[in-house]
Amino acid sequence: MAAKDELGRRGEDVAVQYLQDRGLVVLDRNWRCRDGELDVVAAEADVGRLVVCEVKTRSGTRYGEPAEAVTGRKAHRIRRLAKLWLAAHQVRWCEVRFDVCAVLIEQGRPPTVQYYEAAF
Amino acid sequence: MGLARGWSVALRGVEGHVVEIEADVGGGLPGVHLLGLPDAALHESRDRVRAAVVNSGSVWPNERIVLALSPATLRKTGSAFDLALACCVLAAGEQVPQRSLDRTVLLGELALDGRLRAVRGILPALLAARAAGLRRVVVPESALPEAALVPDLEVHGAADLREVLAWLRDDTPLRRPGPVAEDTGPPAPDLADVVGQDDARHALEVAAAGGHHLLLVGPPGTGKTMLARRLVGLLPPLSGDEALALAGIRSVAGRLPAGVPLATVPPVEAPHHSSSMAALVGGGSGLARPGAVSLAHRGVLFLDEAPEFGAHLLDALRTPLEEGEVRLSRAEGTVRYPARFQLVLAANPCPCAPAHDRDCVCSSLARRRYFGRLSGPLLDRVDLRAQMYPVTTFTTAADGEDTATVAARVRAARGAAAERWAACGWRTNAEVPGPELRSRFGLPRAVVRPLDAGMRSGLLTARGADRALRVAWTLADLAGCARPDHEHVEAALYFRDRRAA
Repeated sequence: MAAKDELGRRGEDVAVQYLQDRGLVVLDRNWRCRDGELDVVAAEADVGRLVVCEVKTRSGTRYGEPAEAVTGRKAHRIRRLAKLWLAAHQVRWCEVRFDVCAVLIEQGRPPTVQYYEAAF
Repeated sequence: MGLARGWSVALRGVEGHVVEIEADVGGGLPGVHLLGLPDAALHESRDRVRAAVVNSGSVWPNERIVLALSPATLRKTGSAFDLALACCVLAAGEQVPQRSLDRTVLLGELALDGRLRAVRGILPALLAARAAGLRRVVVPESALPEAALVPDLEVHGAADLREVLAWLRDDTPLRRPGPVAEDTGPPAPDLADVVGQDDARHALEVAAAGGHHLLLVGPPGTGKTMLARRLVGLLPPLSGDEALALAGIRSVAGRLPAGVPLATVPPVEAPHHSSSMAALVGGGSGLARPGAVSLAHRGVLFLDEAPEFGAHLLDALRTPLEEGEVRLSRAEGTVRYPARFQLVLAANPCPCAPAHDRDCVCSSLARRRYFGRLSGPLLDRVDLRAQMYPVTTFTTAADGEDTATVAARVRAARGAAAERWAACGWRTNAEVPGPELRSRFGLPRAVVRPLDAGMRSGLLTARGADRALRVAWTLADLAGCARPDHEHVEAALYFRDRRAA
């Protein structure tokens, strides 16, 4: 596994833990289809809302904050993938929220999470 | 995290508009959104401001930042908003108190390391801020002498963003401007240096006394350029308002000398005959910038070798000559620049231009074509035409009057004119509208009879008659008379005589 994938994997673990701590139920991780991948799909059980979370991990801020890497194009792709996920799981109608979870894993420090609810 | 508000000034020509800058931080992915019709330079300020803030040791809010510049429909150009944008972002991020930004105008471009760079147009921007009732301003340190020209303002100068932030947080004092230094410039060359040329000297004196336009015609080496350059020495120094208007134009053109920005010496602009239209009357893409006619506001525009200028350039001078301002329309709108200058043209009588006219080898057609480049409508606006003669004796001792003597007479004549027109708001005879000269300040029939004759024979246009009247008033002022008599009108017509041209 390449170093960057390793980092991404760790970031996703951190994000999943964070979501679960917030009381969300994680439904799917790394759901792939022909058009790409959704990092985490979770549900807010009490309000019946689907949460599609894009996890972005970086090992430093030298190239900018992690969340800055989520551009308009990426947001657009995630929206399309979310529709595909809903179709694949035959969910008829539900509220969907798109979040971004920015994880910063710096050497020798505990990972930090910045969470953007309804980011796009 | 929240909302912050600051102030800056947008410039359109020499007019400033106060711009309110709002920064909203929070609610979304990190990114900077700049609203309010910014141009390319202003768009780039997003990155400049961020780098400057980070390199100044402050924290850039890691959130969605919306910056709105209002009025939103006014197109904003340039980098002068950098400082205000940076301070608004930090105030919205609660790193500086909003209270300190209230009623404070912030101007200046930020370098990536946080240094504050000077921008053009500080002076007109501050005039607009004062007019809008904003009393506290922060400008780049290097612009302090310029900012000090605007009275009744609390001006602060800073070298970098760090200093401004310290001032906003806990009132760490910034630099204050020193006393306003007036630039009297180097002494103008003396009129005594010019040998002979009594006619042209007299014309120069009349031009200086009344603010009239002047054409000097003569063979090369007779001192046309020398004379023209000595006109400034005869003109009175600029008044406070005039000097400020000129400094405003220079500031917009980026031509304000550092250190001593308030020049009270009337400006001289002597563009080369290869100048472009944009250089002469103003221009440029987007929004037009001032040209030589505006930089010569309240001073002298000297066109040496006038027939060598393109005909379209000379004719472009006609409207500013008449109206005292230029209006330039470009893609982003129309700007008005003041352009009340005194035109001095110098020309050779023909292309070969020998010392004595009888030695001329040009064909009559060549002579006519050469001089024909000065169009009739342009010459009609030139009140004084003086012929210069070859200097025939070699004298080392100057025999003419010196600048001080002539300037004293000019001062007296200008004083008399200013006193007479004071109630109407004009300062020189050249500014008085024609209808007023004919009605309210009309002269007896016997006095203006030569004008009647001239118009009837077609030698004089209606405008020409008005202009001759103005010269007559100046001649009367120089002679110490209350109003022109028959002789003054005749002399004024003699100065207009086309044979001289």
